[in-house]
Amino acid sequence: MLEIKNIHAQIDEKSILKGINLDIKPGEVHAIMGPNGSGKSTLASVIAGKEDYEIEKGSILFNGEDISELSVEERAHQGVFLSFQYPVEIPGVTVTNFIKTALNETRKAKGLEDMPASEMLKRIREKSELLEIDRKFLSRSLNEGFSGGEKKRNEIFQMAMLEPKLAILDETDSGLDIDALRIVANGVNKLKTKDNAVLVITHYQRLLDYIVPDYVHVLYDGKIVKSGGKELAFELEEKGYDWIKKEVNQD
Amino acid sequence: MDLKEKLLSSFIAFENQISMDSSLVSNLREEAIKIFEDEGFPTKKNEDWKYTTLNKVIKEDFSVFANTENSIEYKDVQPYFIHDIDSYKIIFVDGKYASHLSQTTHEGIDVCLMSAALNKPKYQAVIENYFNKIASKNGLNALNTAFCQEGAYIHIKKNKLAERPVQIIHFSTGKEPALLLQPRNLIVVDENAHVQIIERHQSLTENPTLTNSVTEIFADKRAIIDYYKVQNDKSEASLIDNTFIEQHQESNVAVHTFSFGGKLTRNNLNFYQKGERIDSTLKGVTIIGNKQHVDHNTLVHHIEPNCEIHQDYKGIFGDSAVGVFNGKVVVEKEAQKTNAFQANNNLLVNDKATINTKPQLEIFADDVKCSHGCTIGQLDENAMFYLRARGIPAKEARALLMYAFANNVLESVKIPQLKKRINKLIAKKLGVNIGFDL
Repeated sequence: MLEIKNIHAQIDEKSILKGINLDIKPGEVHAIMGPNGSGKSTLASVIAGKEDYEIEKGSILFNGEDISELSVEERAHQGVFLSFQYPVEIPGVTVTNFIKTALNETRKAKGLEDMPASEMLKRIREKSELLEIDRKFLSRSLNEGFSGGEKKRNEIFQMAMLEPKLAILDETDSGLDIDALRIVANGVNKLKTKDNAVLVITHYQRLLDYIVPDYVHVLYDGKIVKSGGKELAFELEEKGYDWIKKEVNQD
Repeated sequence: MDLKEKLLSSFIAFENQISMDSSLVSNLREEAIKIFEDEGFPTKKNEDWKYTTLNKVIKEDFSVFANTENSIEYKDVQPYFIHDIDSYKIIFVDGKYASHLSQTTHEGIDVCLMSAALNKPKYQAVIENYFNKIASKNGLNALNTAFCQEGAYIHIKKNKLAERPVQIIHFSTGKEPALLLQPRNLIVVDENAHVQIIERHQSLTENPTLTNSVTEIFADKRAIIDYYKVQNDKSEASLIDNTFIEQHQESNVAVHTFSFGGKLTRNNLNFYQKGERIDSTLKGVTIIGNKQHVDHNTLVHHIEPNCEIHQDYKGIFGDSAVGVFNGKVVVEKEAQKTNAFQANNNLLVNDKATINTKPQLEIFADDVKCSHGCTIGQLDENAMFYLRARGIPAKEARALLMYAFANNVLESVKIPQLKKRINKLIAKKLGVNIGFDL
C-alpha cells in the first residue's frame, strides 16, 4: 500500500529525513518509535504532503502511484489520513460542519454526489458512539477549548468518518489519560480491516499495549536504524533510547 | 455647481415648503445650515477623515429631493427584509414613507414616523427633550438636521417590551439619476424598557445614491437596546451613518454593524455613558472586495464608574478594498473600575487591499482594566494544512477559515433568524458553499 523509497527531506535547508525506506501492506500495523527530534513527525507530515518540507530525493508510492507531487488534499482523497499531534483549534466551525465538509469534498473529488443527510446522520451517530462522543460535543467549535483527550478522540472520530486506507497516528497517545487512551485505541482497532493499514508514531511503548503492531521501526537521526516485531517496543521501553543511540554510534 | 452650493441654495426653497415645523425645529434647521455653510463636507485635513475621502462620492449631481412618486411591491424587495419573523416595519422609498410596506404601532409603544413626531403637538415634549441633543454639531450632522424630513421615530415607554423587532429599511429606486437621502431616526427607550432594531439602506439600481443618516438613541436606566445595521448595498451606493447613543445607569446597548458592500461606507458610532454600571457592546464584521471602502469610526466615552465596553470588529479585505478602523475610548477621571475590551482583527486576502487601524485610548482614571489589540494578518498556515489534510481543497479551506474568522462575532446576535441570515450572507460573500447547517 505504502512504499517509501530512500526519502530525503529538508526544511529551511536543514536535512531531517536522511534516506527512509518503509513498506506497509494492507492489513498491517506499523509503529515508528524514536527519541525526540529523530524526524518522526516530519515523516508523518511528508507522507501527508505538508508543503513546508522539500523532498530532495526518493519516492512515496501509494497503491503503486507516486504521490510525492500531489497536494495535501489530493493525498487525503486517495485515502491518506493524518491524526495530528496538535489538532488546530478553529473557532466558528462546528465538529459536525467540519466533518461533513471534509467527507463531501472527498466524495466530490471522486465524482460522487454529497452524502444524503440521513446517511450522514447515521454515520455520525455510529462513529460518535464508537468513540464515546457526546452529541453536544459535535456542535462545539472544532477543537476549541477541548481537553487533550477530547482533541485526540475527535481526530479518531474524523478518521472513522472518512474511512481512510492508511491512517497515520502522530503521537496520538500524548496528553491522554488511561481511559481516553483505551477509548481511542479501541476505536482504531475496531476500524481495522484487512484492507487498510495503520502507522503509529509514538515516543512511548504505552499505546502499543492497546494498538498492537505487526512491525516496529526505530527512527534515529532521520534514518530507520532498527526494525523488528512488537517485542522491539518492549526492549526499547526497558533499555531506553540510549541503547539505540549507542548501537548506532558504534557502527 | 458643487454639491455644497447646490445644498445651500436648495435650503431656501426647502424652508418654505416645511412651514409645518415647530419653531423649535425651524430654529434648529437655521442654526444647522449655518454650521454646514461654515464647515461643509469633511476633508482629509480633519484627523477623523484622514483615511476616507468623500471627494469621489460628492462629485455626483445629486437630487436633494426625489420628485417622482415610486411604488415598489413587497414581492420585489422581500429578500431585503428579515421576512421570517414577525416585526414592526418602517419602510421608506426614495426618502418617502411607504405605508403599504410598513407596519407601525401606537399600542403602548410608538413605532412610527419622524415627520409625524416633528409636526404633531403630542410628540413635542419628546422632541424638545431629545431631538438633536447628542448628535455632534459638525458639518454632516448639521446638513442632516437642516434637511431631514423623514425617518423612524421609536419611543418605548417605561417597563415596556417591544415584543417584535423593528425593521427600518430605506430603499432607493434609482428613478432619480443620483439621489441624496438624509434620514433621521430618534429612538427613546425609557426606564427598564427593551427594543430590538434592524436597520438597512438598500439601493435597487446602479444609480448613485448617497445617504447621510443621523440616528439618536437614548437608553434610560436599565433599558436594553439591540441594534443591528445591515450594510450590503450596490456598488454605487454610499452611506455615512452617524449614530449617537446616550446611556444611563445599568442600561445595556449593543450595536452590531455588518458591512458587506456599497461604494463607500462610513460608520460614526458614538456612545456616551452617563451613569454607573452601564454595558455597551460594539461589534462588527466587514467583508469587502473590489474598490469598496468601509470606515468604522467609534467613540465610547466613560464618565462614571463601573462601566463596561466590549468592542470586537473583524474585517476581511480582498481586491483593492480599503478598510479603516479608528476606535476611541475615553475614560474620565471619575470613571474608576471601567472595564474596556477592544479588538480589531483583520485579514488581508490580496496584496492590493489596505487596512488602516488605530486604537485610541485616552485614560484619565487610575483603576481601570483596558485591553486592546489590533491584528492584521493572513490565514494560519497550520489551520490550512489541517483542513486540507482532511480533504478540503485549498480554495474551500481558505473560505472556510475566513468564514470561521468572521462568524464568531455573531455569537452575540440575539435574533436567531437574523443571525442565520447574516451567516448566509457571510458564507455567500466568501464563496463558502458546503452544506452548512446554519
